[in-house]
Amino acid sequence: MSAYNSASPRDIRFAMRQPEQGADVIVIGAGHAGVEAAAAAARMGADTLLITQSIETIGQMSCNPAIGGLGKSHLVREVDALGGMMARAADSAGIQFRVLNASKGAAVRATRAQADRSLYRTAIRSCVENQANLRLLQQEVTDLKVSDSRIVGVETALGISYRAKTVVLTTGTFLGGQIHVGVNSLAGGRAGERPSTALAKRLREMGFAVGRLKTGTPPRLDGRTVNLDAMSVQASDDPLPVMSFLGSVSEHPEQKPCYITHTNETTHAIILASLGDSPMYSGRIEGVGPRYCPSIEDKVVRFAERGSHQIFMEPEGLNTQEYYPNGISTSLPYEAQLALVQSIEGCEQAHITRPGYAIEYDYLDPRGLWPWLESRRLEGLFLAGQINGTTGYEEAAAQGVLAGINAALKASGRSAWSPSRREAYLGVMVDDLTTQGAAEPYRMFTSRAEYRVLLREDNADSRLTPQGRELGVVDDARWEAFQARERRVQGLTNALRKARVAPDSDPAKRLESASGARISRDQSAFDLLRRPEISSTILRGSLGPSVHEGALCDDWERVKTEASYAGYLPRMEREIEQLKEQENTPIPEGFNFRAVSGLSSELAEKLERVAPNNLAQAARIDGMTPAALAILLVYLKRDRAA
Amino acid sequence: MRISGPKSLKIGEKLARRLLVPREALLANFHSADGEVLDQGILLYYRAPGSYTGEEVVELQAHGSPVVLAMLLERCVELGARLARPGEFSERAFLNGKLDLVQAEAVADLIASGSRMAARAAMRSLRGEFSRLVEQLDSETKRLRAEIEASIDFADEAEDFIDAGDIGRALGQLRAEVSKVLEEAKRGQHLRQRPRLVLAGAPNVGKSSILNRLAGHERAIVSEEPGTTRDLIHEIIQFAGMEVEVVDTAGLRESRQAVEAEGVKRAGRAMAEADLRIDIWDAARPETRGVWPDAQAGQARLEVINKVDLLAESASLNDIALAISAKTGSGISGLRQEIEAALGGEQGEPAFLARSRHLASLRRCQEHVDMALREHERGAGAELVAEELRGAHRALGEIAGYTTAEDLLSEIFSSFCLGK
Repeated sequence: MSAYNSASPRDIRFAMRQPEQGADVIVIGAGHAGVEAAAAAARMGADTLLITQSIETIGQMSCNPAIGGLGKSHLVREVDALGGMMARAADSAGIQFRVLNASKGAAVRATRAQADRSLYRTAIRSCVENQANLRLLQQEVTDLKVSDSRIVGVETALGISYRAKTVVLTTGTFLGGQIHVGVNSLAGGRAGERPSTALAKRLREMGFAVGRLKTGTPPRLDGRTVNLDAMSVQASDDPLPVMSFLGSVSEHPEQKPCYITHTNETTHAIILASLGDSPMYSGRIEGVGPRYCPSIEDKVVRFAERGSHQIFMEPEGLNTQEYYPNGISTSLPYEAQLALVQSIEGCEQAHITRPGYAIEYDYLDPRGLWPWLESRRLEGLFLAGQINGTTGYEEAAAQGVLAGINAALKASGRSAWSPSRREAYLGVMVDDLTTQGAAEPYRMFTSRAEYRVLLREDNADSRLTPQGRELGVVDDARWEAFQARERRVQGLTNALRKARVAPDSDPAKRLESASGARISRDQSAFDLLRRPEISSTILRGSLGPSVHEGALCDDWERVKTEASYAGYLPRMEREIEQLKEQENTPIPEGFNFRAVSGLSSELAEKLERVAPNNLAQAARIDGMTPAALAILLVYLKRDRAA
Repeated sequence: MRISGPKSLKIGEKLARRLLVPREALLANFHSADGEVLDQGILLYYRAPGSYTGEEVVELQAHGSPVVLAMLLERCVELGARLARPGEFSERAFLNGKLDLVQAEAVADLIASGSRMAARAAMRSLRGEFSRLVEQLDSETKRLRAEIEASIDFADEAEDFIDAGDIGRALGQLRAEVSKVLEEAKRGQHLRQRPRLVLAGAPNVGKSSILNRLAGHERAIVSEEPGTTRDLIHEIIQFAGMEVEVVDTAGLRESRQAVEAEGVKRAGRAMAEADLRIDIWDAARPETRGVWPDAQAGQARLEVINKVDLLAESASLNDIALAISAKTGSGISGLRQEIEAALGGEQGEPAFLARSRHLASLRRCQEHVDMALREHERGAGAELVAEELRGAHRALGEIAGYTTAEDLLSEIFSSFCLGK
């Protein structure tokens, strides 16, 4: 019997209105940043609500169907080390895996997975739906509720209000999204999906520094109309790589190759003839596009001397015929798209299933954020993903984890956490964003990391899992697996440091014949690993089985890597010591740089704009000099002592 | 010369080859690495924290020609010291609590003015050929880094990236370049010790008369005839105890006469290399104003109106520029003061110190390039070659200005067609 049976209609209306709905953490948007943010907050025990315009598109890959690559896979491994979902989902959805830079050193090796879109979405949605403390709501958020310059909740298009201690905003390309194809332009967050216009308007009203960025996609093709035999094949690597620390090859679905073809002079002539109808070249797009993800129009115009550009034909999945021709992102009119596609070898008969488009969207100047991704303007509001001016699933996911962790920390009254540049690519990224801003969509590159040799795929867990465990985002299973691995690697390292290899001994002879290296003096096995020509397999084979029986192949590789870079550690550590000292010199909020005598007014103005939290951030502002830093240090010390 | 920090005592003792006793002046010979006596002087050792900086301090008093001082300095660097930044001793004293809080502002000012002076002194030794060589080296390093970084970060792109053989060759070339610049810098042929002041303007505005006024004697021939001064005239003049090289130049005008044309050309070069330019015009001929080219970056400039004695009313001219008369001497002491202020404290940072810093940076650059070559030759990964080149570039950046990761990416994107 219903409890309302005896109640009056007035009571019922009261009961329906009354229970004030709330959560500790509300996450807006369920793309790669949003899902990681929500899951991380929930793992930490925060009561979390994830609000999205469409539950169907949770974990959707809007652009090309791939995870990882140079700099990016490093971020994926860091998300993984903090208990995130991206790497595990990629392992269960990857239909082609490769290791880039396999011939170079471990620090710059990167795993890349071509993913089945549908399998990837399924994997993410299943994680989200089964995550304890995490609820889903399909609604468009139209307003942020503010009280005493602190966020207190959100309101949706239906007028539903939710209280929250903290809110994470991950709007991707939906904030004020405008799609362009040729001279046609329509409001949209992704092809066929509505943008968030009301929220975009509200954020501008609230006084956030809003800018416009641009990105684009190529037309998708029907694989049945494409002659793949005319293209070269690119299959998965053998052995198959794995993305997650906890992943295994057995999780990978059936593998499917990519194909490579090229544009030609005819393609370029078609593009040049159509530029008048390009929204980019006719000035209809104001947003700034990324230099490293140029449209085919840009490539043809900027590199006119090139007769051809490479195109990767990437399968969209196992159970679909669609292909993603990576390399011809375009916003030309449909007719020009069709003509340019059909001029490409193997695509003469191609049918376009979805035209390519360019999309412009709002982003908020990331210099308005603390390094833990909380807004400096509005306390309790966290931002992650493309809204911060980045591009890429991996960059978004990594920020998502960080924002989710900090939203949960703040909701439970704990202090913020953010890794530094020496600890993680994630640290490099948020430091770059919050101090330099994003003049164009920000993408990770390994060359952005000064401590690249230390920030590797293979040690992401050693760098971050212990911190993640302390924060509460790393579960028992991962923690135990991690500790076991660390013990094995430590054991092996100790054993190899102890094992001496004397010239003319049996192991030395075996090593010499297998590697061609000369062993002219008594050395530890660990030191021998520093030599490029002595691989871990060769050393393992030459030393005999007794060295360290518990160690796995990966453990040997890890020790080999550590040995290769060991010579660089002291130098890096010196640099890091200096950095640490600077990081440990905080600059108080509201510090008056203009009152510092001896700073040029230009530099003082820059400092005021960037408002660095510490001396290390100040040091990375362009135009900063050692003298200016010394002056700042003197003033900071005086203020602290006073 | 003052050495501060935990290694000071050891450095002092190695230099003197004697044991030092706190607060006791020691007359000693200063030795080079191979035992040669560089100079004789007095050593004083102050134990921490009872020293100026609050750290272990050794003070050296040498006989001190700039050449000997430079050698002593290099010897200390060899023994593990590094050149102090301008104002660093005061900075350390303050940070170690030896100066009180009220003095913080003074310390900051000291660092600021010290670094301005150092920058000026560095500019002086940088202008001209040496500067060009360093910039060229910097851009070549950047170019090679861009090539290698692109091959790392865009490994799956269809671009012709640099291959191992080319890396080896490019590193070899870079090494030769660094050595060349280092040799140039060591020879110090582009080094000027004194700040240089250049008098510039149209013919017959009275440049030579002003030189004579400043020098206090008739150094240059003065006549009513325009174009009297053909070649550069150099004169060392004292300003507030500081020696300044004052250069008188040929009047700026088009001339078909070969000797005068050459003189004008030389005047142009001298102006470009001046630390302080005095741009002069004739009060009676306003058209003589504005014949000067723009000042160079970092160059100070004073505008002077000469021959104000020819005007009845000259007071208002001082709003436009410094009004003087070389003939009557009016305004000359004001001009001296302005010059002293513009070159203020130049003597605080001897040019050889600035040069020593450059040498140290170039040597570090060379070491990194050597290491890059060694890593490359032993078959290490490209990322280690790249790491050494990053170090080399950073060392160069101390002279030519740092290159940020963003600059490097710009170089990469302008030379390769990248991205899908």
